[in-house]
Amino acid sequence: MADRPWIFRTYSGHSTARASNELYRSNLAKGQTGLSIAFDLPTQTGYDSDHPLAAGEVGKVGVPIGSIEDMDDLLREIPLGRMNTSMTINATAAWLLALYVAVAERRKVPRAELQGTTQNDIVKEYLSRGTYIFPPRPSLELTRQIIEWTVASVPKWNPINVCSYHLQEVGATPVQEVAFALANAMTVLDAVRVPKAELGAVFGRISFFCNAGIRFIEEICKVRAFTRMWDKIGLERYGVTDKDLRRFRYGVQVNSLGLTEAQPENNVPRIALEALGVTLSRDARCRALQLPAWNEALGLPRPWDQQWSLRIQQILAYETDMLEYPDIFEGSVVIERKTAEIEAGAWAEIARIEELGGAIAAVESGYMKQKLVESNARRVAEIESGQRVVVGVNKFTEGEPSLLLQGASSILSVDDAAGREQIERLRAQRAKRSKPEVESALTGLRDALKAGTNLMEASVRCAHAGVTTGEWSDALRAVYGEYRAPTGVDSAVVPRGDVAQLAAIRARVDEVSKKLGRRLKLLVGKPGLDGHSSGAEQIAIFARDAGMEVVYEGIRLTPDEIVNSALQEGVHLIGLSILSGSHLALAPEIARRARIPVIVGGIIPGEDAEKLRAEGIAAVYTPRDYDVLRVLREIVDIAAAAHGAS
Amino acid sequence: MAQADAELESLVRAVRAGEHAAISAALAHVEDSRPDMLELQRRLIGRLEADTPRERAVVGITGPPGAGKSSLAGRLIARWLAAGASVGMVAVDPSSRRSGGALLGDRARLRFRPEERVFVRSMAARDQLGGLAPATRAAVAVLRAACDWVVVETVGVGQSEVDVETVAETVVLVLQPGSGDTLQFMKAGILEIPDVLVVHKWDLGALAERTRADLEGWLALTQLAAGAWRPPVIGASSETQEGVEAVARAIDAHRAHLAGGELDARRTRARAAWALELFARRFGTLGLERAGGRAEAERLCAKTPGSALDAFSALARRAGLPE
Repeated sequence: MADRPWIFRTYSGHSTARASNELYRSNLAKGQTGLSIAFDLPTQTGYDSDHPLAAGEVGKVGVPIGSIEDMDDLLREIPLGRMNTSMTINATAAWLLALYVAVAERRKVPRAELQGTTQNDIVKEYLSRGTYIFPPRPSLELTRQIIEWTVASVPKWNPINVCSYHLQEVGATPVQEVAFALANAMTVLDAVRVPKAELGAVFGRISFFCNAGIRFIEEICKVRAFTRMWDKIGLERYGVTDKDLRRFRYGVQVNSLGLTEAQPENNVPRIALEALGVTLSRDARCRALQLPAWNEALGLPRPWDQQWSLRIQQILAYETDMLEYPDIFEGSVVIERKTAEIEAGAWAEIARIEELGGAIAAVESGYMKQKLVESNARRVAEIESGQRVVVGVNKFTEGEPSLLLQGASSILSVDDAAGREQIERLRAQRAKRSKPEVESALTGLRDALKAGTNLMEASVRCAHAGVTTGEWSDALRAVYGEYRAPTGVDSAVVPRGDVAQLAAIRARVDEVSKKLGRRLKLLVGKPGLDGHSSGAEQIAIFARDAGMEVVYEGIRLTPDEIVNSALQEGVHLIGLSILSGSHLALAPEIARRARIPVIVGGIIPGEDAEKLRAEGIAAVYTPRDYDVLRVLREIVDIAAAAHGAS
Repeated sequence: MAQADAELESLVRAVRAGEHAAISAALAHVEDSRPDMLELQRRLIGRLEADTPRERAVVGITGPPGAGKSSLAGRLIARWLAAGASVGMVAVDPSSRRSGGALLGDRARLRFRPEERVFVRSMAARDQLGGLAPATRAAVAVLRAACDWVVVETVGVGQSEVDVETVAETVVLVLQPGSGDTLQFMKAGILEIPDVLVVHKWDLGALAERTRADLEGWLALTQLAAGAWRPPVIGASSETQEGVEAVARAIDAHRAHLAGGELDARRTRARAAWALELFARRFGTLGLERAGGRAEAERLCAKTPGSALDAFSALARRAGLPE
């Protein structure tokens, strides 16, 4: 019998709840079969749209959800009893789930009918995505509560999507991806407190979110290794006897890390090939798939770009014959050998993490982060040396100008008016609600926090009362505190690719430092709420290896903090990394106030790069500038010229 | 010259007033290793030290990597700020031997709002052994002129990194439970340096208790002169904040003890160590021999009025070497 197609999704959301709702409905009309909601950074990190830290970020990388009214608008005319909705939400997962459930209750849809997923995986936030709020232990506690509550009250919901996706995005090898994700899942399961008889039901609700890169044979083996290991863990560690409950259920977003800004049309075949890695094996086929758009390295995709990616899925599922066969790798000695190799490596790595005390301890000590930073540095060095071929980037770079880039604009730009509109809406909502109801609901939440009981029912009540995302999060912050994760760069050991070139840069750094009277000093900063720090980390490490002294403070800094650190540290230059699209709101202000050269790296459209330079930014780098050594040379020259040491 | 003097005076005034831009400019001057900067540095340090109130404290924080030195420093600083004091800090990180570069990551663990009266400067140890950076002593002199408290955090100590004793008046050694470091430190003599011992990560429970018992047992066997300071052993956790208050009180108690007479001796020793460090950096051991050997050099430093840079010049004259 032919297999059923997986769920087709597109990760999307921007500007406002209303604009995103229109997008969702048009995507569903095109044959998309599930929703995947992208939230903006203030929503993900628990701030209202009018909070100072939200400046420039509202509606940028996803939809802002400030209260139940926004959630209601977002889901307008979407049949909640039949829809399968995936929400990429972590630190504030409990709150967004409460809002979703509350909207369903408004519409009289029973909780038992709700289907979908809250990502709710905090470990990878510390390692890669950076939208955590609380320290690891209270975060794990929150994850546990969501799991226990959904298993009992919203039984078709996947309470957690353990992510290996984001680990590959920051350079994880297949072995690290498998090992870190499974160690993480075990730490979560170990924390869950249910009677032993119910453990199988909990185990069966744990789902995964994986990545798929361009080396798709290896990826096929990776998901097969995942499948086998999860089955074994279920049986041996948790005593789950029902084989169906031990099935490795996973969704996928294919790799964005390998998508290029240069010759962006090449990304379409890349995306299609990456999709093969997770769809070809029937025994290890993904349950849901979302594909990025060809222009992700340029900025936000437009509806037409997303449609193109949806069509890739539909062609794979409906035009090809892949769903008609049983597992086509059955009996393949080659696939089996590679699978066993990944599996053995992953078991060994899991043993090491367990020795360190499990996933949370391996986050706190910085172990996992450091290993990822090292893998990524190795990957960057391989691309730079040409050892890893990237067509159109480090090989076959000559070509016709891309026809896809002709015309007015090839990306979606979010109107800043959308942010202002959202803030006005939020203020109107705050004014409209019943104050005593809000107070009483918040008191209920604080009582539950104090008593250490499950927060979900109190959160649903807050949702109905019109409590805002910032208010709910503040109540938790007051009890749990806030956290800063290890940056992993202090101790990363990185083998270098091009030693001769690096030595030349070092000599130049020495020469400039001598003229300056002290060693060239650089501040690497990430302003705003965006937590994707691997670009900043790589620059920090390579600059150190080129002989500079580098101050790196990690993510989520205000312009004030960056200017203040630059002054206290007496640095010669500031490097900013911004991937959320808030560069125009943040970078020029820092440059004006710091009075030393500022360079900016990130996903920055050409037009914006021009504006930044006009506003005094010394240089702008985008994913096209994969040559780190060239960036370093320019940093040295810019700093030397500005401080009279050329 | 008159204009240069006026500029220097206005810089000195602004540093004393605690203006961060001025502190930053003064630190840039004292970190500058070009030989023609020595004269400016001598005048700047001389002017700053001349009017620095005597009671200003320099606290050293040392311990193995990963013991939580920065986190504990952050907790102590927050207490001092809350009490209305201003704080300066020098955080030293190791440099890469191969590239000469360094990653300075301590700030990430010390988050203060820009408007707070705290100034943190990270420094790379460069080629200097001993746990400090080449300009640490000069930076401490600048920060001392500007702030009520100065904290010096060393690179994680190995076995020979004990210089903190010659820059700080109160040394806090931070250890983490169960790492086996305790025994190593006893062997290496590092336990002879601290004035306050902290068993950090106290929330780890039994393991931490055992480490404290080990340390107390060792201290009980140590012979102390009559009236000598007996270092307390304190369990503390930056996470739960338990014990942080007790560490702060122990530092206060040690300062009160120093005020009974030892403080001057410590400061004279610190000045000599600074002068000798500069001298050895410039002229090596051969230069030291020409100045009459270490003991003689120390005597000369103690006799010379002014700052460590004046003592350095006196040593150079004695050795017949150009500054």
